[in-house]
Amino acid sequence: MLIIKDLHASVGDKPILKGINLTVNAGEVHAIMGPNGSGKSTLSNVLAGRENVTVTSGSIEYLGQDLLALEVEERARAGVFLAFQYPVEIPGVGNVYLLKAALNAQRKHRGLPELDAMEFLALVKDKMKLMEMNESMLYRAVNEGFSGGEKKRNEILQMAVLEPRLAILDETDSGLDIDALKIVANGVNSLRHPERSMILVTHYQRLLDYIKPDYVHVLAAGRIVRSGGPELAHELEKQGYAWIGNETSGQEVSSGS
Amino acid sequence: MSDSASTLEAIISQEYQHGFETSVEADTLPRGLSEETVRMISAKKNEPEFLLEWRLAAFRRWLDMKPPEWASVHHPPIDYQDIIYYSAPKSQKDGPKSLEEVDPELLKTYEKLGIPLHERAILAGVAVDAVFDSVSVATTFKDKLAEKGIIFCSFSEAVQEHPELVRQYLGSVVPVQDNFYAALNSAVFSDGSFVYIPPGVRCPMELSTYFRINAKNTGQFERTLIIADRDSYVSYLEGCTAPMRDENQLHAAVVELVALENAQIKYSTVQNWYPGDKEGRGGIYNFVTKRGDCRGAHSKISWTQVETGSAITWKYPSVILRGDHSVGEFYSVALTNHRQQADTGTKMIHMGKNTRSTIISKGISAGYGHQAYRGLVRIARAAQNARNYTQCDSLLLGDRCAAHTFPYIEVKNASAKVEHEASTSRIGEDQLFFCRQRGLTMEDAVSMIVNGFCKEVFKELPMEFAVEAQKLLGVSLEGSVG
Ligand SMILES: Nc1ncnc2c1ncn2[C@@H]1O[C@H](COP(=O)(O)OP(=O)(O)O)[C@@H](O)[C@H]1O
Ligand SMILES: [Mg+2]
Repeated sequence: MLIIKDLHASVGDKPILKGINLTVNAGEVHAIMGPNGSGKSTLSNVLAGRENVTVTSGSIEYLGQDLLALEVEERARAGVFLAFQYPVEIPGVGNVYLLKAALNAQRKHRGLPELDAMEFLALVKDKMKLMEMNESMLYRAVNEGFSGGEKKRNEILQMAVLEPRLAILDETDSGLDIDALKIVANGVNSLRHPERSMILVTHYQRLLDYIKPDYVHVLAAGRIVRSGGPELAHELEKQGYAWIGNETSGQEVSSGS
Repeated sequence: MSDSASTLEAIISQEYQHGFETSVEADTLPRGLSEETVRMISAKKNEPEFLLEWRLAAFRRWLDMKPPEWASVHHPPIDYQDIIYYSAPKSQKDGPKSLEEVDPELLKTYEKLGIPLHERAILAGVAVDAVFDSVSVATTFKDKLAEKGIIFCSFSEAVQEHPELVRQYLGSVVPVQDNFYAALNSAVFSDGSFVYIPPGVRCPMELSTYFRINAKNTGQFERTLIIADRDSYVSYLEGCTAPMRDENQLHAAVVELVALENAQIKYSTVQNWYPGDKEGRGGIYNFVTKRGDCRGAHSKISWTQVETGSAITWKYPSVILRGDHSVGEFYSVALTNHRQQADTGTKMIHMGKNTRSTIISKGISAGYGHQAYRGLVRIARAAQNARNYTQCDSLLLGDRCAAHTFPYIEVKNASAKVEHEASTSRIGEDQLFFCRQRGLTMEDAVSMIVNGFCKEVFKELPMEFAVEAQKLLGVSLEGSVG
């Protein structure tokens, strides 16, 4: 599904990612953990194609194509989805309007008929039940006046509607209370599928109690310094991130399966 | 992403879509302006004596006036002797009696503009009074409106058929000496639209006029007068386009609205005059005086405007709240892209008791566009319990454009409540990235965000024109973010 090879990337002149190697197969869930500032969001942004991050070397192959050659919207239409760490507000644009426009843009690209308003509403209302969201949120402006938890749920709702092949969830757990976390985790779990891969970016191990990853990677200073199974997350939980400092110097850890 | 940048460039340089020219034989006065010009215009139109005198008085006032200098727009001085003040398509000399008599060339022009003049007009339920250069060529739906006693015709026709109404109301809202451009218009106006809604009548359809400047070097000076008598209602839409030319063209219109007791006028404009090219060559100078007079108690006048065209816009649709409990509204979306300049806003003059006004202004600047909101809220001494709410938002696309806000507030009655809110924001890279990450193209993302920004204004437009306005905004903005 996804093969990242020796990826180096900078923001401005500042190198942030310094040789990432990661392979994610179809149906797998990978967790990427790491301290603040280690480059987790930068990696997520590179995958989604954000312009302010410059890839200086390395390659990313996604479903057999060169991901880096695609525009942001082309990646989205090819099934790459990013749930944002800080979902943005768009005043005056109805949530339902954005969702419908996005879904139809993607369907059109795939040669599927566009959904009309009735069909779309039926679909989205169904998905909203899953996220335990109130229908009134459909008619509010995108994320405007949403609480932190509502924003994150809204992101997962978009994922549920768009049904991506590769979902990257950037700190979807941060700022959630335990009830909201359970709802979000439940939504994400229900979207697990043999044809869908996920990358869970998180600072805390807490999320991984609810969404069981197949692999856990530790990112520090722009490199993956350790990879392992779910037990690695528990190790981190016990020891904190301080210990990785000792292991970061130069060692390349290739990971995934 | 140089790829997206270059496609964006391609779209920016996309040509103005209404830039065609129609070849019709025209009956044209020589360039230049003198008392003689004014007399000739009046004579060609076979006007009654009072109107000629009125024009001449305006002309004499104009000679002593200077163009306003306070607006923050810049252009080389206009040579008023180099303008043609009257140009009528020749074939129209005797005036068409029906659509069949209208020059097919003209009808083709309207068709290209997408004006629903024929059966399409009937389907759309729109009555169109189309102004082609200086003479109104076709008026539809007249009979249906006449049944209700509604007068909807060209200004020239009103002068011939209803001189008493013209005489009573012309200049009663915008006096000839009001400002430089209004005085000029009063002296040389050639045609325009006239509407009268009798007492107690609700006009059963949207009335609509399309203005189009066709002949070269003609200034267009139309005059619109709308009178809503007691307890009546009318919704009026004005749409504008002009062909593409290298030289600038002057458009100095005057619109006067009069709402008597308990009457309501809703006036909507979608203005898409040729804005000039990317470097700022050519385009319309749109120097317009629009004013409504809430003359009767409980009357209401609403201006809704979507301004995407013109090289320079100088325009302040205003309301005089004379009647007690009268209401004035101004909803505006103004967009400046490339080298366009706009100085626009409104004036709300509260004179009656318990008068209320609302101003919602949305300014969008892209490219090197320059924009100023200029608004005056005046509460006169006698205006007990007046209320005003002003909201003035600017959205910037890119970092080479500019937006300024000049609110003027004059309160002479302590019971007044005047609220002013203003904001300036930049279209966010993060908003665009978000929309594109969900699969929308850059163009669709920009258009969606901008439309969201304008939503409060668009919802005031009649349904079918709201759709048109949204599309127009999309086209005018394409490629402005890269
Ligand atoms: N837009 C930006 N401009 C400058 N530096 C940035 C920007 N975004 C991220 N960085 C820097 O990149 C590094 C990694 O940030 P980030 O990827 O957000 O880390 P994480 O998500 O792991 O907390 C940090 O040092 C941060 O300061
Ligand atoms: Mg982050």
